[in-house]
Amino acid sequence: MTRRDSLLFVFVGFLILGTGFAQSWNSALLILNMGLISAIMALGVNLQWGLAGLFNVGVMGFVALGGLATVITSMPANTEEWSVGGVRVIFGLLLGAGTIIAAIMVHQRLPAGRNRVLAMLAVLIGGFFLFRYVFDGGVEAIEAVNPAATGYLGGLGLPILVAWPVGGLLAAGAAWIIGKTALGLRSDYLAIATLGIAEIIIAVMKNEDWLSRGVKNVVGLKRPTGVPYEIDLQNSASFVEKAAGLGFDPATASTIYVKLGYAVLFTIVLLILLWLSQKALNSPWGRMMRAIRDNEVAAEAMGKDVTARHLQVFILGSAICGIAGAMMTTLDGQLTPTSYQPLRYTFLIWVMVIVGGSGNNFGSVLGGFLIWFLWVQVEPMGLALMQLITAGMSDGFWLKQHLIDSAAHMRLLTMGVVLLLVLRFSPRGLIPER
Amino acid sequence: MDFLNAIVAFANFVLVPGTAYGAQLALGALGVTLIYGILRFSNFAHGDTMAFGTMYVILITWGFQSLGIGFGPLPTALLALPFGIVLTGLTLVGTDKLVYQFYRQRKVKPVVLVMVSLGVMFIMNGLTRFIIGPDDQRFSDGERFIISARDFKTMTGLDEGLAIKTTQGITLVTAVIVVAFLFWFLNKTRTGKSMRAYSDNEDLALLSGINPERVVLYTWLIVAALATVAGTLYGLDKSFKPFTYFQLLLPIFAAAIVGGLGNPLGAIAGGFVIAFSEVTVTYAFKKVANYALPEALAPDGLAQLMSTDYKFAVSFSILIIVLLFKPTGLFKGQSV
Repeated sequence: MTRRDSLLFVFVGFLILGTGFAQSWNSALLILNMGLISAIMALGVNLQWGLAGLFNVGVMGFVALGGLATVITSMPANTEEWSVGGVRVIFGLLLGAGTIIAAIMVHQRLPAGRNRVLAMLAVLIGGFFLFRYVFDGGVEAIEAVNPAATGYLGGLGLPILVAWPVGGLLAAGAAWIIGKTALGLRSDYLAIATLGIAEIIIAVMKNEDWLSRGVKNVVGLKRPTGVPYEIDLQNSASFVEKAAGLGFDPATASTIYVKLGYAVLFTIVLLILLWLSQKALNSPWGRMMRAIRDNEVAAEAMGKDVTARHLQVFILGSAICGIAGAMMTTLDGQLTPTSYQPLRYTFLIWVMVIVGGSGNNFGSVLGGFLIWFLWVQVEPMGLALMQLITAGMSDGFWLKQHLIDSAAHMRLLTMGVVLLLVLRFSPRGLIPER
Repeated sequence: MDFLNAIVAFANFVLVPGTAYGAQLALGALGVTLIYGILRFSNFAHGDTMAFGTMYVILITWGFQSLGIGFGPLPTALLALPFGIVLTGLTLVGTDKLVYQFYRQRKVKPVVLVMVSLGVMFIMNGLTRFIIGPDDQRFSDGERFIISARDFKTMTGLDEGLAIKTTQGITLVTAVIVVAFLFWFLNKTRTGKSMRAYSDNEDLALLSGINPERVVLYTWLIVAALATVAGTLYGLDKSFKPFTYFQLLLPIFAAAIVGGLGNPLGAIAGGFVIAFSEVTVTYAFKKVANYALPEALAPDGLAQLMSTDYKFAVSFSILIIVLLFKPTGLFKGQSV
């Protein structure tokens, strides 16, 4: 890092501190926590784009898989649901996977020709109906159990910190499947494929109630060890006393304490991942990846397996996004599949990477903090701007009402303008690749 | 008789909506494929361009309606459409001058242009929400049906009705006119030929004196017309919601790629392939099966292959299958 880079980080630090002084420490810490998570997501995307030139617009899907991981690892298992249909659903899923594997084997073993196509179709269609028959029965039974409160299989009941690496693993698994099919084709195809898979993952999470209650949401996720509940803090005499000593009322102090607890955990994860990313960037492996990115033909001529290396880095980057997704759901304390919006979870992360500087890990981290800060603060700023513009108009004038109501949509507009300005005038970002 | 009923039910729920949806997707995919062929990048802002154009049309329609101007039995939006196309054309040409031209002259890699189109997408999306709001807007007026289900039943004496909405009829007629005009333009006019030449081989086209900026200008104008028409037809047929238009990006790209990127004929075929698969796979065939099969074989469930929410999965699976087995699409597309 040069001095200029450090100054940029100090500047973002001041922005967050300024929020604390001007608005409230709770909102400042909220920006910090989500900034830390955004920085991790940006690191993942930067690994794929900055290091390898892979265009992944399915970040949302990997983040959502991380969120799913928190439910299936940390929630307690619902024994009744398991007993009525758990085995049947698992068996159905295995049948489905088996069908696809069988079709692939048919494709590989039989000689090309009409017979092979017919055999594959037979395997796929037969397998599909068998799968639906077994699977649907199980799902119906599970979803019928107490649908107002549970109606899903639940999880393994493990501590929620375990969910973070599990989220990474789930995302890595999905990335492996996409990478196997779409990498090695043209670059735009990977983009479309990832865009599609992200929508499908969200559709699955919204519709498969047996898995994570779908749009009924899973609430009341556990907290990580070291992060207490606000109410316990407020009931503890020693905490109230300490808070009073610092001049805070117990309610504010407890929320700040909890957010600080999350911030410490997130910072540890970010530092570990940043350290690993730096190591990877400056290793022979990292130099090879950049060489492949800059000239695939030459790298192939040197005997590098470009597709395999791309698959590797695609899986790693997606796993990082999955970890960040699990962390975010932990922070929210609930899984709400409807909240996953591509503009927010895919394209905003891209703005972070581009603005921060693609190819530079510190740049992505900076971009994560800076853009998240803007994303949060543009709304009140937009509202203030609109109030200033409309100050001269009379109350009840339709344009005034419309402008003030629409101020919330200033966010997308601002992000687009920021992205275009950076691409035009500083295409290498705030902290360029070195 | 039962067999006829089965056919009518199938036509009512699969064939007619699928054809209309296919025509809308085909028009959208034509825009994507033209930009890919001539400007050589995947335009992620296309869904939002459609939303933007439709927004113009809706605003003008509202203006006409408040002035008391109607179009008889047809929706007023059709009257507003030409004005909407002109405004969208101006917007796109302006965007090109402000944004894309710079990168084109620098001859940047296509993926940078894709990135730039992301920025344009954000801005268009934001502006659309800013001006017209993120909510559903219905703007179709005039006659609702060409044939309503009840009329059809009394006419034929069948148990099943076949309803054809006016918007579905308009979609098909408009799409045929637009596509015919587009192909005439591309194949017969000088400008159209120069566009195809530029798409096939940029260097040769430049050598023979074709002005690239002129080609680009015409491309944006045609894309504006296609996007506005596609968006307006979709909005008339279903309803206008900015987020839905953004999500249309996936089936539209799937259609363009399945047909072969850069190939207009392929885009049309791709649009119908995607639309019919989506509608067929997510339709509950219980009714049709009840008529067509003997009673003993009639299904207990809905006989639906996949729930409607998985329609993205359908376009996606078709996309992947085509890419794996025929990487340049059904019709030969180009690759960069």
